[in-house]
Amino acid sequence: MKCNLPDTALVAKANWVRRETLVLHKLAPETRVASSLSIVEMFTALYYGGILEHDPANPRWEDRDRLVISKGHGSLCMYPILADRGYFPVGELLKICQKGSFLGGIPDPVIPGYETVNGSLGHGAGVGSGMAMGLKRKGSDRHVFVALGDGELYEGSNWEAFWFAGHHGLDNMVFMIDENLTAMLNFTKNILTQDPLEAKLTAFGLEVTRVDGHDVVASRNAIQKAISLKNGKAKAILFRTIKGKGAPNLEGNPLAHVTSVPASEVDRIVAAMGVPS
Amino acid sequence: MNAPAPVKVPAMRDALIDRLRQAMEKDDRIFFLCADFGSPALDRLQEQYPKRFLNVGIAEQNLMNVSAGLALEGFRVYAYAIAVFATLRCYEQIRVNLAILSQERPMSVNIIGVGAGVSYDVSGPTHHCLEDLTVMRLLPNVDVTSPADHVTTEAWVDFTLKRTGISYVRLDSKPQPVLPNAEPMTAAQFEKGFRVVHPGQRVAVVTTGYMTQKALRLQKRLAEKGVDFAVVDVFRLSQLDETGLRKTLAGFPHIISLEEGLNKRGGLDRLVMDHATTPVHSMGFPGHYHFDIGPREYIHEMAGVGEEHLAKAIQERWG
Repeated sequence: MKCNLPDTALVAKANWVRRETLVLHKLAPETRVASSLSIVEMFTALYYGGILEHDPANPRWEDRDRLVISKGHGSLCMYPILADRGYFPVGELLKICQKGSFLGGIPDPVIPGYETVNGSLGHGAGVGSGMAMGLKRKGSDRHVFVALGDGELYEGSNWEAFWFAGHHGLDNMVFMIDENLTAMLNFTKNILTQDPLEAKLTAFGLEVTRVDGHDVVASRNAIQKAISLKNGKAKAILFRTIKGKGAPNLEGNPLAHVTSVPASEVDRIVAAMGVPS
Repeated sequence: MNAPAPVKVPAMRDALIDRLRQAMEKDDRIFFLCADFGSPALDRLQEQYPKRFLNVGIAEQNLMNVSAGLALEGFRVYAYAIAVFATLRCYEQIRVNLAILSQERPMSVNIIGVGAGVSYDVSGPTHHCLEDLTVMRLLPNVDVTSPADHVTTEAWVDFTLKRTGISYVRLDSKPQPVLPNAEPMTAAQFEKGFRVVHPGQRVAVVTTGYMTQKALRLQKRLAEKGVDFAVVDVFRLSQLDETGLRKTLAGFPHIISLEEGLNKRGGLDRLVMDHATTPVHSMGFPGHYHFDIGPREYIHEMAGVGEEHLAKAIQERWG
């Protein structure tokens, strides 16, 4: 089933996801919140923008779209979404990172709604490509979405996968790259420059677009367009984002990845957002 | 009277692929991938089933990841490459997307590595595969097989066709004679994981892969001198009939393990030590790499695992 909210509700939902992500981070400060705050709108668009075919009551439903979250550490924002969609009781969120909980700092397929093992970077693009090839061979018209970080692109295995997907024209798959321009210890431009990333991906045979990744409506539209184009090309969308979006001590901070938001600051941000829980 | 013409023995990889190709006719879930590595039998498979064959290019990391993705979609996947690259080049892909993931999700991926030990003799240390049995045995949820002949290899195919999970098979790059009394191998015989290929007394030489062939050659030579040692071929290195192996080994006062892999680094010798009640004399490659150029047996001599090294070790224990 798809969940398709009107634009204003979609924007409100993204704000709610950001709020809940910060609240979860307050409960479990060891989580990588900056990477999760940049990717809020991407996941909101998928789950609430009428994109993803899914069935929370049957997470392995054969006719679901597949979402592979390669930047698993940066998907804390998925937890409130999955609970809200009904994959597990909302009360489970309160147990995050506690003894006996299935919600860890880095999510794995023990969480209903997750497809693959995450935490080691550079794996999702290849596994997703295999899934997309498999779906095509089975005659399925379902899609594979792979969420990646731009820092993750330093892993060469991604480029083996892009090349494969490009060559085989896997137009049932979309590489969704969170382009927050920041890796763990610095801005990517100060590590190894990624520019011109769009041209690099295009050269590997992908059809590439770039979108403001904090505009949830534009993000939804970009994804919708990517999957509607059955033109024999795998798609890549660069979601231009801000690492730590919404948390002043993270935005623009080259060390945002390893920086937490203090509990009092979470309270202040959440109060200022004025979004209901 | 002319001697009978020698029976042509197929390469293990060709026997495996032909067996699989036959199974593909009945099972449309079988998918075969390679990392730009071929064989005459693979040409036949590719021609017959182009939609269930893929060459991913010289990209073993992607070979494993794409295999994982296909397996998640219900395909029974075979991933084929040179042994050292099919294991060590993509070890983390195997660990994360096969060993770990298969614990949570049903998957069937079978890795086929060609070039056991120093079977690519003159290709140097990059192609010598001395670590694979250790590192693959190390991974939970991965079944490891090291056959000495094509009959055992075919039994491995039959085994994997009925099984869900991750497995690795290490094949010799060169055709090897069929072991005595090995044809045909039943499922039960395969699952047992070892067999006494030559009965003997006092000394048991426990081997795997090509070293079983070598031990049998020596056995024929030493038998003329009245030295009749046993040869035990262990072809499954992660799951096997452990009680049976213990009972078999218990009958020998002297045990020698012999492998075409690093000595005392967790390979066959570790497995044998875990199931022997007497001290095990382990023979394998010393802890360095070999740039020596020459035939396989020459490299074995340089490494201290030549036929004469083995003969000496046996005769010392024979008394």
